[in-house]
Amino acid sequence: MNINFTLISQAIAFSVFIWFTIKYVWPPLLRAIEERQKTIADGLAAGERGRHELEIASQRSSDVLKDAKQRASEIITQAEKRAAEVIEEAKKTAREEGDRIVAGAKADIEHEIFSAKEVLRQQVSELAVAGAAKILRREVDAKAHNDLLVAIREDLK
Amino acid sequence: MASDTELTPTSYIEHHLTYLTTQVREGSSFWVLHVDTLVTSIILGVISLGFIWLVVRKATSGVPSKTQAFVELAVEFIDNEVKNTFHGNRHVFVAPAALTIFVWVLMMNAMDILPIDIMAWIMEHAFGLHNWKIVPTTDINTTFALALSIWLLMLFFNVKVKGFGGWMHELFCTPFGKNPLLWLLNLLFNFIEYVSKPLSHSLRLFGNIYAGEIIFLLLGMWAATGVSGTIFGAILGAGWAIFHILIVTLQAFIFMMLTVVYLSMAHESH
Repeated sequence: MNINFTLISQAIAFSVFIWFTIKYVWPPLLRAIEERQKTIADGLAAGERGRHELEIASQRSSDVLKDAKQRASEIITQAEKRAAEVIEEAKKTAREEGDRIVAGAKADIEHEIFSAKEVLRQQVSELAVAGAAKILRREVDAKAHNDLLVAIREDLK
Repeated sequence: MASDTELTPTSYIEHHLTYLTTQVREGSSFWVLHVDTLVTSIILGVISLGFIWLVVRKATSGVPSKTQAFVELAVEFIDNEVKNTFHGNRHVFVAPAALTIFVWVLMMNAMDILPIDIMAWIMEHAFGLHNWKIVPTTDINTTFALALSIWLLMLFFNVKVKGFGGWMHELFCTPFGKNPLLWLLNLLFNFIEYVSKPLSHSLRLFGNIYAGEIIFLLLGMWAATGVSGTIFGAILGAGWAIFHILIVTLQAFIFMMLTVVYLSMAHESH
């Protein structure tokens, strides 16, 4: 329990150990720890940045999607409208064309009727003249009454 | 135990408390060296700090190995404690010193847990050393050496940080005030503080570890009462050893913290 030279020797040993720690142990370890802390901090910051960017990108993508949907529906509406118009136009054209065809057919028929009438009239007049000629065979001189016959034929036309 | 003569409790305890000494210089009883204390403490310091140094030398800032993680854990623990107490640049001196003190004192205290008689037997039969105290911190020279070194550092930092005048001003004008009537009182108060600091610092560590060792010795004496006594003593010894793990660590920590507190007080003006 007595104080002796051991005290001084221990104090010297203590000083040497402290010097050793300050010089060789503390700095490299501190450097390693600090570097790692920096790396970790950088990594966390990068992660945070990535998360933020992802948020922005997803926001943008949903915007784009919404826009595209809206435009698609607009296009569909326009197309439907246009289709209705086209149908309407086609109907109108068809009706007009039909009317035209019908009118043409009517004109043709009328023409036919007219020419048939003409032929009939011709034939009737010839028949009438022939009949009259038969009845008036003796009295009617074809030469003498030719003018008359022509006049009748003209009338019957 | 290791003695051939009649073994009494007194001689048993005395044997375990006897240092291996050598006379450095003739004449005074001061020039005696406790070889066991010095050699054990140096070996322990070299082993523990050398281990840390070996790990640190290959320290990577990437993913650490398990040993490096262990060392970093210890270092960061101490660094945090220092950071909370000391507000200067701790990396220059205080934090590495705290690491040294904690690791070294912890190792020296931990020797207390080694079974005392088995260690004595090994020392006697393997090295032929009859007396070898393996716990350096049960030597008051060790604890005083540490406490006085820190005390001197305290004075050094007081002068370095505040200047000699600043330190004198602090001695005479704190804690009671600047009034010249109070100078003597301030000085007396500071004197008591400066004397009590190293005393409480060293004696706290010494007392705890020394008492622990004495209890181990007393428990060891159960073996003298026969087989049942031996078993009983072994169980009690195991219990005390487990409890002593706490004391060993706690005392090393307290010693380190007091060092940090004293040194930061030396750095801060009042």
